[in-house]
Amino acid sequence: MPEILEHARAQVLERGVGLDEAGVLAVLRLPDEHLPAALQLAHEVRMRWCGPEVEVEGIVSLKTGGCPEDCHFCSQSGLFTSPVRAVWLDIPALVEAARQTAATGATEFCVVAAVRGPDPRLMTQLREGVRAIRAEVDIQIAASLGMLTREQVDELVEIGVHRYNHNLETARSHFPKVVTTHSWEERWETLRMVRDSGMEVCCGGILGLGETIEQRAEFAAQLGELAPHEVPLNFLNPRPGTPLGDQPVVDAKDALRAIAAFRLALPRTILRYAGGREITLGDLGTRDGLLGGVNAVIVGNYLTTLGRPAGTDLALLSELSMPVKALSTAL
Amino acid sequence: MTGTVTTAAYCDRCGGSLAEGDHGACAAARRLEPPRYCGACRRRMKVQVVPAGWTATCVEHGTLRS
Ligand code: SF4
Ligand SMILES: [Zn+2]
Ligand SMILES: [Zn+2]
Repeated sequence: MPEILEHARAQVLERGVGLDEAGVLAVLRLPDEHLPAALQLAHEVRMRWCGPEVEVEGIVSLKTGGCPEDCHFCSQSGLFTSPVRAVWLDIPALVEAARQTAATGATEFCVVAAVRGPDPRLMTQLREGVRAIRAEVDIQIAASLGMLTREQVDELVEIGVHRYNHNLETARSHFPKVVTTHSWEERWETLRMVRDSGMEVCCGGILGLGETIEQRAEFAAQLGELAPHEVPLNFLNPRPGTPLGDQPVVDAKDALRAIAAFRLALPRTILRYAGGREITLGDLGTRDGLLGGVNAVIVGNYLTTLGRPAGTDLALLSELSMPVKALSTAL
Repeated sequence: MTGTVTTAAYCDRCGGSLAEGDHGACAAARRLEPPRYCGACRRRMKVQVVPAGWTATCVEHGTLRS
């Protein structure tokens, strides 16, 4: 077994201490023949420090498109010639989406808006939406609304948002190549306020934004420093009309190496499959990742693209004898 | 107003004419994407994706549902 995996077994599996940047880089550089061993170890780490349960989540876009920011991967930026048009979801449709999500057995429902940060109209819509969902559906509500002020953080806590998603997206050193309208540090500041508020922090990113392998390791270490409750791992699904529209899709083996490496950097976090897994990994790779450190999934569709039907993922979890986390244990 | 598009002249993913070019890659991508352009008039549609489906509306030709 390669030295880095021996080291990770002693440090991460036995003691629950995540790998540092150099350690993550060594895992990302493992040759293909050692990938199964890396995934196996990451799976053992997940089972030891998180357990066999899988957290299932649905996401929905409350406000789609027309965003003033320029994240180069994003079809919802209003600055590119993407075909995605601005549209708002009304409250009855939001509640119905929460109901459909809960019907899959999911415990998490994340309400997302394509904005730099919330304006009063969005906060009002969210407040009413959360109230309506809570009155009718048994599910925990998370939100993702961009950068927040202190007052907005407090308001989200007050209305009952239990987790906040705000992705750092990529390594700090690579971020200015991907986003120019705001900084990595501004995102970090929102995350710091969210953490201080007692809301759970959900923070991940996208692999395949043109970052180097070294920057992938840097990103994992930066997430390790933040220690979020959840890390959603996306793989770039190049969107027509965006600056990264012609970027190649991440190689499936590299994606699996990253899954193992991120789990070894973050032994206790909820590591979630998010967007892009269908085109990057396909059905077989999806299974390999669930046996290689991933312990959470987004089921159903994404914000502007479609996912596998929820039933396909739930059947896979049942086949792998991985119970879906129940609301009673989630609360 | 549901499903009034019967004859498509345009690719619902890229908005290009179906009579020109190869839209095989568009068709493949569409398995994991909702339509974006109206097949009848190539207007950009208002598309709402939800966890279990999508709707796509052309002001002229109505709403398609998954
Ligand atoms: S802030 Fe969010 S919605 Fe806006 S362009 Fe960036 S990723 Fe897209
Ligand atoms: Zn086309
Ligand atoms: Zn039309």
